[in-house]
Amino acid sequence: MAEQFHAQQLAMAKAATALPFLAELKEQGLEAFSQASMPTRKTEAWRFTPLFKFVGNEYVQAQNNELNEELAAVANIEDLNAARLVFVNGVLNTELSDALALEQVTLFSQANAEQQTLIKNNLGSVLAQAHGTSHLFNDLNNASTTEGVLIHVAKNQQLTQPIQVSYLTTDNKVAFSVNTRILMIVETGAQATLVEQYASDSTAQVSFTNAMTEIRVDDNAQIQHYRLVTIQEEAQHIGGTHVELNRDSQYNAFHLSLGSKLSRNDLVVNHNVGGSHSEISGVYVPQHDDLVDFHTCIEHRAAHCTGNEVFRGIINDKARAVFNGRIHIHPDAQKTHSELSNKNLLLTNSAEIYTKPELEIYADDVKCAHGATVSQLDEQASFYLQSRGISKQEANVILSFGFINELLQALPHKAITHLLRPVLARRFGRDTDELSSHLLDKDLL
Amino acid sequence: MLNIKNLEASIEGNKILKGLNLDIKPGEVHAIMGPNGAGKSTLGNVLAGREEYEVLGGSATLSGKNILDLDPEERAREGLFLAFQYPVEIPGVSNLEFLKASVDAVRAHQGKPELTSVEFLKLAREKCKAVDLDQNFLKRGVNEGFSGGEKKRNELLQMMLLEPQLCILDETDSGLDIDALQVVANGVNNMRSPDRSFIIVTHYQRLLDYIVPDFVHVLANGRIVKTGGKELALELEEKGYSWLEEADNGVA
Repeated sequence: MAEQFHAQQLAMAKAATALPFLAELKEQGLEAFSQASMPTRKTEAWRFTPLFKFVGNEYVQAQNNELNEELAAVANIEDLNAARLVFVNGVLNTELSDALALEQVTLFSQANAEQQTLIKNNLGSVLAQAHGTSHLFNDLNNASTTEGVLIHVAKNQQLTQPIQVSYLTTDNKVAFSVNTRILMIVETGAQATLVEQYASDSTAQVSFTNAMTEIRVDDNAQIQHYRLVTIQEEAQHIGGTHVELNRDSQYNAFHLSLGSKLSRNDLVVNHNVGGSHSEISGVYVPQHDDLVDFHTCIEHRAAHCTGNEVFRGIINDKARAVFNGRIHIHPDAQKTHSELSNKNLLLTNSAEIYTKPELEIYADDVKCAHGATVSQLDEQASFYLQSRGISKQEANVILSFGFINELLQALPHKAITHLLRPVLARRFGRDTDELSSHLLDKDLL
Repeated sequence: MLNIKNLEASIEGNKILKGLNLDIKPGEVHAIMGPNGAGKSTLGNVLAGREEYEVLGGSATLSGKNILDLDPEERAREGLFLAFQYPVEIPGVSNLEFLKASVDAVRAHQGKPELTSVEFLKLAREKCKAVDLDQNFLKRGVNEGFSGGEKKRNELLQMMLLEPQLCILDETDSGLDIDALQVVANGVNNMRSPDRSFIIVTHYQRLLDYIVPDFVHVLANGRIVKTGGKELALELEEKGYSWLEEADNGVA
């Protein structure tokens, strides 16, 4: 049955017309994807993430790409003051996309000759560094790319205004699929913030988004990256973030996936040159019969690099979460200091977590630590709150939120904290404000 | 106010309280002293409703209402407050949000009007001052990284905000230096009123110099074995507990 999905996607990719300067990438993608077979339960990287959930849906191009008020509100992150690009079902909404006025932001289809060369030379190159962790959806993205976003921050530019790219999905009469692509190049000494948002105003719409982001961070440059996947229920998401770090550069990131029928998120960070640092936190909170999968891989290829990664998950109802965190230290990566922590909270007896921290070390003078925990709500803490008059239900909401709150509080952009706080509080409070009212009270912040 | 009759309770199959009787009238302060393992902390935990403890027999009524059938949160809303010996740290949960949730729940049950966030903040800051706790502690995680003394002051802060009928202080003085002890004692003394009662569980007579009790009870082997006035505490300080335990065993 999965073959049907494969054939369908292949046909759609073939039918999509690539931009002329990306024809080569498309050909390569088509060839790789057509030869690839769909993962099965025996495919290690997909063992706990069965793709049969796609079966039965016939995906076509989206039809209704209108922006409604509700959808516009979703893309409006208060106080972030970002320059925005907003796509509805993969189609650019020009009205909300003020970021195109920036010299740093261009659509692939509007790139001038110089930019075309830049895109051509870089697109797919960070992704190609993934080696063993690359998979067929990356090939599918290469094969399907008809449009994309180029963010090019020139040497020593300090871009204080965040750039927000929102991919929104909305109601359609049909199940549809979208491929999205971002290429970000932060040149030597430059600094920028990217907020990627995958959101919807609908929980019932069946959609499949295959999102790919490549980020090249040059010497001494820094990027702050937020990747917020807040689509829910019927929306399916397969997303890849591939980062290349050069000398003394920094990748600071926060990755969120609320959870939906399928949400697979790959993050590969390549420490290619010495002195680079990655600081990554992430949160996933699946409920009902959601499936969230994070596969992260920190590739240490050079000496004197540091990495710190913290992911926390709260799994409710019959949901399943998969976390695979790999740290790979190559022979030349002496003096690496890399850490990984993954903590999980199971709220019910039928919630599932498959967590696997992996260390693969081929250098002898490194410092590495990794750890994973799985626990339930702390009875002592729950009793403490109850002994002060708080109902058990509210105590559980407060404690669940507390489990991830530290990561939210630590975000450098308070606008993002303020955006996510109510979203997460309401999720634990089961969408009524009764149990989350104290978490939602802005006067108490 | 509080009426305990023949209370028996166990934890993990070990019987700790073996027929405890205690009668506390409004406005009274009762000190409970006793050797380690006598059941002092068990009493507080059983009254507050901690699940691990199993009540085997007897009754406990607060203002005539049987509290042993109530959930912990219901007991708190009825006006029972236990200041814990070891308050838990809850990282990620803001102290202020926790306090507001607590005060809202208790006030709603008691039919008092809800405080606005602004009113509540003002009140919380006032009470912080009263227990000599910096206001920054309101913004931190509940007890997170607090020193022993700061945790105890945070307990006292909660007690002041909730204005309970019956306050049980479980070894609140343990590990406190003399300055912190005075803060705790002042807090309690300021809260004394004709319709509020206290149970002060302590190892040390020292606290009772500052909080003068109406009665001192000795809890040994799961029962009150001796009751006296404040001078009993001095006698215990001097002679220890063994003479009472022996006397009790002799009777049994």
